[in-house]
Amino acid sequence: MKLIFEKGRPGRGTDYLGPCDVPGIEIGGAKRERPLRLPEVSESEVDRHYSLLARHTHGVNDGFYPLGSCTMKYNPAVNEYAASLPGFTQVHPLQEADTAAGCREVCRRLEGMLCEITGMDDMSLQPAAGAHGEFTGLLLIKAYHRAMGHTGRNKILVPDSAHGTNPASASMAGFEVVSIASDENGFVDLAALQAAVGEDTAGLMLTNPNTVGLFDPQILEITRIVHEAGGLNYYDGANLNAIMGIARPGDMGFDVVHLNLHKTFSTPHGGGGPGSGPSGCKHFLSPFLPGKDTPESIGNVRSFGGNFLVAVRALAYLMTIGREGVPDAAKHAVLNANYMRVKLADLFPMAYDRICMHEFVMSLEKLKEETGVSALDAAKAMLDHGIHPPTMYFPLIVHEALMVEPTETETRETLDEAVEVLRGIWQAAHDDPERLHLLPRTTPVRRPDEVSAARNPRIRYDFEAVRG
Amino acid sequence: MATYVPVTREEEAFMLEACGLRQLDDLYGDVPSSVRLRTPLNIPSGMAEMGVRREMERLAGQNTVFPAVFRGAGAYRHMIPAIVDTVTGHEAFRTAYTPYQAEISQGVLQSIFEFQTDICELTGMEAANASVYDGACAAAEGCEMCRERKRSRILVSESVDPKILSVIRTYAFGRDVPVETVPLLNGVTDPAALAPLLKEDVSCLVVQQPNFFGCLEDLDALTQRAHEGGARIVVHCNPIAMAILKTPGECGADIAVGEGQPLGIPLSWGGPYLGFMACTAKLMRRLPGRIVGETTDAEGRRAFVLTLQAREQHIRREKASSNICSNEALCAMRAAAYLAAMGPNGLKQAALQCAAKAHYLQKALEEAGLAPVYPDQPFFHEFVTECPDAERLLAALRKEGILGGLPLAGKRMLWCATEMNTREEMDRAAAVVREVIRP
Repeated sequence: MKLIFEKGRPGRGTDYLGPCDVPGIEIGGAKRERPLRLPEVSESEVDRHYSLLARHTHGVNDGFYPLGSCTMKYNPAVNEYAASLPGFTQVHPLQEADTAAGCREVCRRLEGMLCEITGMDDMSLQPAAGAHGEFTGLLLIKAYHRAMGHTGRNKILVPDSAHGTNPASASMAGFEVVSIASDENGFVDLAALQAAVGEDTAGLMLTNPNTVGLFDPQILEITRIVHEAGGLNYYDGANLNAIMGIARPGDMGFDVVHLNLHKTFSTPHGGGGPGSGPSGCKHFLSPFLPGKDTPESIGNVRSFGGNFLVAVRALAYLMTIGREGVPDAAKHAVLNANYMRVKLADLFPMAYDRICMHEFVMSLEKLKEETGVSALDAAKAMLDHGIHPPTMYFPLIVHEALMVEPTETETRETLDEAVEVLRGIWQAAHDDPERLHLLPRTTPVRRPDEVSAARNPRIRYDFEAVRG
Repeated sequence: MATYVPVTREEEAFMLEACGLRQLDDLYGDVPSSVRLRTPLNIPSGMAEMGVRREMERLAGQNTVFPAVFRGAGAYRHMIPAIVDTVTGHEAFRTAYTPYQAEISQGVLQSIFEFQTDICELTGMEAANASVYDGACAAAEGCEMCRERKRSRILVSESVDPKILSVIRTYAFGRDVPVETVPLLNGVTDPAALAPLLKEDVSCLVVQQPNFFGCLEDLDALTQRAHEGGARIVVHCNPIAMAILKTPGECGADIAVGEGQPLGIPLSWGGPYLGFMACTAKLMRRLPGRIVGETTDAEGRRAFVLTLQAREQHIRREKASSNICSNEALCAMRAAAYLAAMGPNGLKQAALQCAAKAHYLQKALEEAGLAPVYPDQPFFHEFVTECPDAERLLAALRKEGILGGLPLAGKRMLWCATEMNTREEMDRAAAVVREVIRP
């Protein structure tokens, strides 16, 4: 496909500003001498260019998106309506407080609801994404230990099933990372945890339900062990969708959490952002939150108060589904996952074959041994059926993993169709495995060469190459 | 209440039976009863769309939308062509995930590749990433790119926006890295004060162009000084000003970062915005976050993929160049669509109009009695004046539907004008000033 730089002609374009109504001036300072090679295209070319790009993009509205750990639920239209109101979009972040009372009220209400759902006492909407919220939460833990004079607490415990962001965030916050083994059920190995905690423990990072889609029933034991050793418990809210309104991290012994408004609270993912990753905490950590006028505050983790328009969408969602709808969404997310799990388990061995939460992990190790068809092949085959594949090769502790998260907003028909597609792929793997290595067939491109992309990086358009 | 759960009662019973369960609660056998919520959440009951809209409209109505804005300080009101909303409003762009599955994500991937190219063009640098959370985060991540084992100290000019400095300090607290500030002389970074601060443990110098007070820094001289001291330089630059000012790349900078909000993103009370990051080819593999690269597919066709992933958290875990998983893809697409619509001439016109109007406003305010604080310094679209009674002035301007400048310490005010401000508005603002500060 042509790049926008390969379209248009020199001198083409639309005037959006009109004439300047004050005299032009020559400002001082050094001037740009390099030519500015931006696209020179008509408005209709811009329009068609992006329409074509949109046709080459698969969103939640284009079809089923059971991408494990990402909670690709429906993004309600009313959220977009609310976020497009000029009374929200046209407000300067540094306006005097009384001229932005509505914005402040949106944040106050959302923070209150998120505290209630998580069992936390205070919340900051400043972090812009989940990873950013993790970093923020870990800085709270660091600042707390500093303030208490706990100089030696420099280690964060992270289960080996954790998402890569957890150890990366801990490292950014200056901690050493200690990996904790999982037991044969995918749960935290209590003996390993007990052996790992000590006077150097700053805290533990945990998702519950965990990354294999199971709720760790030993959760109170786990958080107790860490607390008794003098550490704090960090809750990664990536999987909150399964238990919101059913159980709260704050009641399980967690001291600090981050949420993903773009997962659990239905705000769109935008092809990779903007999201929002609020940080919540118990009272004793509250003074350390970012953006606070307290001497203990860790400072700011970004300019201004947060991804405000994302907060508007999340509030619209919570106002819509309300007290009854929150646990109802969780239960149906879990029901949909279990329904798919039992319909697939005879062909696709489950990494942990028991009632799961909002997602389950299949291992295609046996299929690969028998037919040579890998989790990647199966995922690519799904593309031809208009289904976004499940998360591949995660968590790392399961071989040939496919992690399926249907979410609560899918119909039973959609789940049944996806089950049939996966069963069909299993059959095809046994009938004609070679063909599966060549899929997909119907997508705009097929299996791009990632190795040469990384070996010989071309990460911007080469204007010179064209002229030459 | 309204619901987005489509499953009917009958289907629910059928599905539970398929799972060998009797009721929804049976799904939660692993949750210890002692942590199960006994009472409903203490949040309001759900509402149908009509009620939600009414309430949201009421909340939005409690904010003041100023017809005239003379405040910037990191968030700027610019003309956004309607086409930007049109093309970025496609449902697929809005609802897609990070483009892991390249075959069905070529649209998002290509738009990011085009954004990366735009950012390289604007800054004069050789490599750019897919964007980060905002401009302040971009600056903090830029500092992290410069950190070496023996060189970790960060120098930040006092002319850098205090919000950016605050974020740099927070990130530095994480890495246990010292941060020092460089004093100013007449509104710009003082080169003489810089020299003694450039000790052997300094990793980088951070400056802003134009700086927080609107003044233009001498990037050539600062870059030279930093390099002579063995440090790198991170330039936080305004993307619209880059259409007319000497770029960080032309000045020999190592890293250029900035806030992309001026490029087609509404004020939105502070977010979502867009951090952009660019660097020399040499530093490319130190960039944090997502990067899109061009390659070919199984049939030899042009294709785009997320690349250089060996830097990233899902592979390197605690050794990754950052913990970032996402970018601000939809905001980056807005910026790319804005730049495509405006084109090189349109962007230059926007920059020239900003400069012309800011200079007109500065003159008008000066004539009305607000003296400029740095009269000899060249500036782009922001400037500082003396302002004896900011509170009274802002209140009087507000009555006219005008958001005045940002009050600064020491009875000063930071003003901004963009192409959006009309001559009539500026004259009216000056008239209010004359009225308020009349002895």
